[in-house]
Amino acid sequence: MTALLQHPGYEEEKLQRVADQIPCREVQAGTLLSLMGQPEQCSFPSIFIYGHRATGKSHVMNVLLKELELPHATVSCVECVSVALLFEQVLLSFFGGDSASQLPRSPSLSDFVRIYRQQCSQSAAKQTRYIVMEKAELLRDTDANLLPALLRLRELVEDNVSVILLSEIVWDKFRPNTGCFEPILLHFPDYSKGELHQVLSQDRHPSYSAEFYSSYINILLGVFYSVCRDLRELRHLAALNFSKFCEPLEEGKAKESDTHKLWKNIEPHLKKAMQTVYLREVSSLQWEQMQEMEEQETKTMRGLSAHTHVELPYYSKFLLIAAYLASYNPARTDKRFFVKHHGKIRKTNFLKKNEKTSNHLLGPKPFALDRLLAIFYSVVDSRVAPTASIFSQISSLVTLQLLSQVSHDDQLDAPKYKCAVSMDFICAISRTVNFDIVKYLYDFL
Amino acid sequence: MMSKRKVKDAHLPVGECFTELQRILRERLCHQQLPDKPVGLEAQHKNLLELLKRTAVHGESNSVLIVGPRGAGKTMLLKCVLRDLLEEKEVHKNLLQVHLNGLLQTDDRIALKEITRQLHLENVVGDKVFGSFAENLAFLLEALKKGDRSSSLPVLFILDEFDLFAHHKNQTLLYNLLDVSQSAQSPIAVVGITCRLDVLELLEKRVKSRFSHRQIHLLSSLAFEEYVERVRTQLSLPDDFPDGKFAEDWNDSIKTLCEDKSVEDVLQRHFNSSKDFRSMQMLLMLCLSRVSVAKPAIKPADLLEASRLCFADAKANMLHGLSILELCLIIAMKHLNDVYEGEPFNLQMVHNEFKKFLQRKSNSMYKFEQPVIMKAFEHLQQLELIRPADSSAAKTQREYQLMRLMVDNSQIMEAMQKYPQCPTDVKQWAMSAFG
Repeated sequence: MTALLQHPGYEEEKLQRVADQIPCREVQAGTLLSLMGQPEQCSFPSIFIYGHRATGKSHVMNVLLKELELPHATVSCVECVSVALLFEQVLLSFFGGDSASQLPRSPSLSDFVRIYRQQCSQSAAKQTRYIVMEKAELLRDTDANLLPALLRLRELVEDNVSVILLSEIVWDKFRPNTGCFEPILLHFPDYSKGELHQVLSQDRHPSYSAEFYSSYINILLGVFYSVCRDLRELRHLAALNFSKFCEPLEEGKAKESDTHKLWKNIEPHLKKAMQTVYLREVSSLQWEQMQEMEEQETKTMRGLSAHTHVELPYYSKFLLIAAYLASYNPARTDKRFFVKHHGKIRKTNFLKKNEKTSNHLLGPKPFALDRLLAIFYSVVDSRVAPTASIFSQISSLVTLQLLSQVSHDDQLDAPKYKCAVSMDFICAISRTVNFDIVKYLYDFL
Repeated sequence: MMSKRKVKDAHLPVGECFTELQRILRERLCHQQLPDKPVGLEAQHKNLLELLKRTAVHGESNSVLIVGPRGAGKTMLLKCVLRDLLEEKEVHKNLLQVHLNGLLQTDDRIALKEITRQLHLENVVGDKVFGSFAENLAFLLEALKKGDRSSSLPVLFILDEFDLFAHHKNQTLLYNLLDVSQSAQSPIAVVGITCRLDVLELLEKRVKSRFSHRQIHLLSSLAFEEYVERVRTQLSLPDDFPDGKFAEDWNDSIKTLCEDKSVEDVLQRHFNSSKDFRSMQMLLMLCLSRVSVAKPAIKPADLLEASRLCFADAKANMLHGLSILELCLIIAMKHLNDVYEGEPFNLQMVHNEFKKFLQRKSNSMYKFEQPVIMKAFEHLQQLELIRPADSSAAKTQREYQLMRLMVDNSQIMEAMQKYPQCPTDVKQWAMSAFG
């Protein structure tokens, strides 16, 4: 294979080293390199690189600039809480510590450009200088002038400097009102399945054969590829589940070639991992511990999700159920659900429901405290007095963010609430108190 | 390499030729190197030159605005004028320049500091305390007066991004500058550069009345033939290129390139979308970057490719990288948009729509848990492909927050076409008129 990266003005050896470090991104690196040109030549004033998370934007950029030893400043906009930090970093990496200390206390763009020019006239650039801004979307939230100024920084400082912006968001969302200097747009496409496979296979375990690891990656991609194409996330999942995959081998139950057996063994685990690890509900350490526990007590299949473990007092549970009913049932149906002898309500009349406006699609409606209490008294099976303890439980439900108060805080006599829990959650709660909530929901009649 | 035979009789080795070529053309395309003459702007050039000369030579105050869309050549025009102006000897000695930029000097205090610095008056000002802005500016201008008579040095104030100065508090800087230019104080010329046609509306009444209302408009009336000609000159090598033979060959190849039919189509398309310099330079830069020893000329195919890059739909590109689940959600949103005529939607509705699809005809997708769907939904929000319909979303649950889709139907369809390994049932679902 001939080297894919070729460009005059750079040593072959260095380019080869670059190419080795960026598998599956040679095309993009080549385009970038040709835009950058030889180190002494001018590059385009600003380049905007966009693409999904973990498509190698920063990586390619960093490898290129580092290996080819070009003068550059890499700034992550997340770190730069104030523009001062940004200016400081750029000056520091281009001109050393003295220049950065010349910045006044809260520097303006004007100060930055002045000092840059001053330094630049002392040590003129022989090579193009590059400023790389990672997560450039955050630049939109800072001073409105910063982004347009950076894009035409070359004109402002009159130096051979090129600004490279990296972002996940498309350029259209950046453009200021009155327009600005348009950068060259470069897209980093996502890795295809084959490329993902190639990249992931690189970090194989040395004690297993390459084919074995690659078949593992195949299975992993089969499960997760439809949900997630993020290389970083997949890498994490691969590392976490590999020991489980190897288990049959270590126990001597299967050989490396028994792909079917291995697949049978790992598949349910991967599916479970999708519900927990992928969502980052538990840390990887907890996940490993849970897997160990499971082996010890295989018969009890415990839910892994963190949601199901909320403990509430008895009446609070009923209050929450009442709140849920009040939020998702129209008030006019309360009579039908909660009055014992509600007389004759004609079914057709009652059920004139409109398919489109299911309350479970539109979300909870606010309700008054009175209605909540009325429903509460009718669903709880014993007689409860309206004591301060009940009211304080309501306010603690608000604190727990299971209810949310929608009216103003100063409305003391008739506060309004909304129920803020999901259907699954309320079903789990009502199961613990033997209450069949589905029977009382208008949407499920 | 194939091009080695070509340069047997040349003065320079071929590698150096290409290095030189890249250097010259890149300087032109990326570094805004000034042309010898502002092509197509001769009248404006003459007008502005006359005006500034009167300030520089006769000490006449003036104010003028250069107005034109971005990339029309406003700065280029001004720089050309300044270059020509400074060639005259008496001007060169006399004229002082102050360059301000609305992007940099974001308030009047900073601007005043910058003026002081550019006039080299830091020492004169020292630690003096001024009562008002006007006093300060008057002092600065006073300091420029020559010893003899009452004549003082003419100062040229250039305000780039002029419209941004109008947002400064009370427009103090503009008021004072224009006031000085109106009254017979020190001779100054104020040149504003802006891309806003309505810039005068931004000025306060007292500022507006002090402005001379002289505007130079750069509204390009470029014809397509001129556009092509401009492309050719931008890519051509100058006569003083060290290797004459090489330059000649290159210029010939550019000429044939410009006469090619497909190239003309591409240029026509660019011409129709925008006539400005900058977008043309970007296109040419993309072509030029591919030229090397191994690829010694720009081929029509290169231009086509560059144009494809320029016109690529970024959102469709981003859609291409979504996972199947995320794409399914986008399709569900599209159907919701079609059915409810653009009303905002929430996650529950989208999920419901997706579930309906799964029940009806899916065999390639399995059911995902609600949290997994939620994560996918949030990723879409992060990518700004969907956006909350109202900002007051703090109190509603995430699954009921109302959203709007920021992608067009045609973009979705385009992405579907290119999507790798898209399951057929998903594709059909996207095509179908009703969810």
